[in-house]
Amino acid sequence: MRTLLNLLVKELLQLKRDPKILPILFVAPVIQLLVLGYAATTDIKHVELAVCDLDHTTASRELVDHFTSSTYFQLVSAVPSQDRLDPLLESGAARIALTIPAGFAADRISGRPGTVQIVADGSDAMAGTIGLGYAMTAVQLDSALGGVTSQVEVRPKVLYNPDLLSRNFMVPGVLAMISMVMTMMLTAMALVREREVGTMEQLLVTPLKPGQLILGKLLPYALVGFIEILTALPLVLYWFQVPLRGSLALLLVLCLPFMLCTLGLGLLVSTLTQTQQQAMMLAAFVFMLPQIYLSGFIFPIQNMPKLFQLLTYVVPLRYFVVILRGVFLKGVGLAVLWPQVLALLGLGAVILALARLRFQRQL
Amino acid sequence: MIRRTLAVAVKELLQLKRDWRSTATLLGMPLVLLLIYGFALSFDVQHIRLAVIDHDGTQAARDVAQAFLESGYFDLIHRGHDQRVLDGLFDSGRAQAAIVIPDRYGADLEAGRAISVQFVLDGSDSQTATTILSYARQIVGSLSPVVRTPGGLAPIAPRPLVWYNPDLSSSRFLVPGLVAFILMITSVIATSLAVVREKEHGTMESLRATPLLAIELLLGKTLPYLLVASLSAAGSLLLAWALFGVPLHGSPLWLALVTLLFLFGGLGWGVLISTLSDTQQVAFQLGLLSTMLPTLLLSGFIFPISSMPKAVQLVTHIVPARYYLVALREIILKGAGPAVWWSQIVGLAVFAVAVLTLATVRTIRSL
Repeated sequence: MRTLLNLLVKELLQLKRDPKILPILFVAPVIQLLVLGYAATTDIKHVELAVCDLDHTTASRELVDHFTSSTYFQLVSAVPSQDRLDPLLESGAARIALTIPAGFAADRISGRPGTVQIVADGSDAMAGTIGLGYAMTAVQLDSALGGVTSQVEVRPKVLYNPDLLSRNFMVPGVLAMISMVMTMMLTAMALVREREVGTMEQLLVTPLKPGQLILGKLLPYALVGFIEILTALPLVLYWFQVPLRGSLALLLVLCLPFMLCTLGLGLLVSTLTQTQQQAMMLAAFVFMLPQIYLSGFIFPIQNMPKLFQLLTYVVPLRYFVVILRGVFLKGVGLAVLWPQVLALLGLGAVILALARLRFQRQL
Repeated sequence: MIRRTLAVAVKELLQLKRDWRSTATLLGMPLVLLLIYGFALSFDVQHIRLAVIDHDGTQAARDVAQAFLESGYFDLIHRGHDQRVLDGLFDSGRAQAAIVIPDRYGADLEAGRAISVQFVLDGSDSQTATTILSYARQIVGSLSPVVRTPGGLAPIAPRPLVWYNPDLSSSRFLVPGLVAFILMITSVIATSLAVVREKEHGTMESLRATPLLAIELLLGKTLPYLLVASLSAAGSLLLAWALFGVPLHGSPLWLALVTLLFLFGGLGWGVLISTLSDTQQVAFQLGLLSTMLPTLLLSGFIFPISSMPKAVQLVTHIVPARYYLVALREIILKGAGPAVWWSQIVGLAVFAVAVLTLATVRTIRSL
């Protein structure tokens, strides 16, 4: 126990000695969270709209008003002829172009449906799809005001996040990713550096057992990771005002099994590599990218091909995403989340066992 | 000057050759990553887990449920009469959406009375929820007869048209973004340890004793990696075209030029980090922190820049992938000429020159 404590103190001292690492550890996450928390939004607003109204009637102007009065669209240009729309779309100045042909109002008065053309820029699929969706809704709305309704109406009831604010989920997710990147990188460097600098031999001749050595390398970084989460959490709750419907204590406790996995992965990286450069590549490419892409954080897992869906089961962030959504937005507790907790603990145990095994073989 | 720069480049190339594992990783990794994620990622929402609560039980009500299943977007996970199960289904995440058909649905439909059908959905993933809701509106709308008030106007028939990416396939849109993301990380990782390693190993002193100028040292360090990165960029773009059907509508020459500029900026950023840090650990942290999440979230790859707050939009200007992504989409998806994306070129060039100048200044001061 004493020896373990000594190692812990040594690691913390080493962290303190590099004057540049402390700001990186504690200031960078906060800044990242502030910027990235705002950036990670799928709430599309102000889609750039260009209009070509060839009808010039009250009905056509009303339709245009329907588009421009919502915050979804921002009118960038109204042009007199249709061929003037092309350059606007091409240059990206407009993403949606609405053309109202001459005779639009006359058709509708005489009982024929009035056609309008909506062109969407599909090169940014997200903005394109969502913009097109908004446009169709605006047209429907206008249709309804004109005296046409459909008999069956959909009355949506959105649970957990009634305003459909993407921030409510994205911000906790960004925090999870930041803490994952930090803790994994720190531990990934921990053993490789000793090996590269040549101090590994000295550590090995101490009476430390391999398990103790690993623990001594993990604990300080676990501490750092936890402090990081504690400093960033107030930002999530008070600055971004993400509702926390579940228990704060539970949230903090459940960060631990997740960190067990990320720290363990970092350690595994450091037992698999010889130089810090290799460690960096392995950590970035093999261990971090899957967490970002295969966790369901941005891309829903259910859309992936079956093989990749299977792969996601070994991605710790996948389980943590469910935990975050559960505690923050749904307000559920262990009664619902226990499978995720078990999975994280199991994964963590396997990862640590692998790291320990690799480490022993290297001795 | 050119001779001395080349001498450093040759030395660095030799080192790259000696550490062939890292070189192979730098060359091959982008391809492997593109291969994996290009297949795995998509925004198209399918297999939505749907619960149907049918209070009516008539044929008309069953038609609604059937229409949802036949749309191909929904998987039925529960069908029943009791609304109380919904809480449990949603809390545990087993259901993503539920449609509640009121009793008398069949009778009301026949009598022509207005009906509202409740559609419950899990909003915790807001983007998926928005998509699901629009599917539901379409499906219910297609089942519902249209009612016209006497004397009112006829409906509007919108004819939607999508340019550049007619089927709105997300791979055609995501793969270019993925290419930019992977190349950015690879190029920064490639050079971020290049200078700091010399510092840590103590070989910086020997370099200092040579008549090398700072700019020669940095350019010499960057050039070999530019070679490696260009090769993997060419490979990635070829793969995107061959495997994912990402077209190339514009000129390959422009594409090459823009890509080179982008890589130069990325490598320069790595070099700058390297000169700023004293240990590889710091360089490692700075390198990954400044590329991984910012390139993912601030480049417009996934989240449209125009929806971000103004202040954050300003920050995106120091993310080189932002410029590259626009140019890439313009050139390969739209086939647009430089008149449209010249400002992106300027952005990339300014970034590359700025980071290399900063790195040079830093190195001169520490020499």
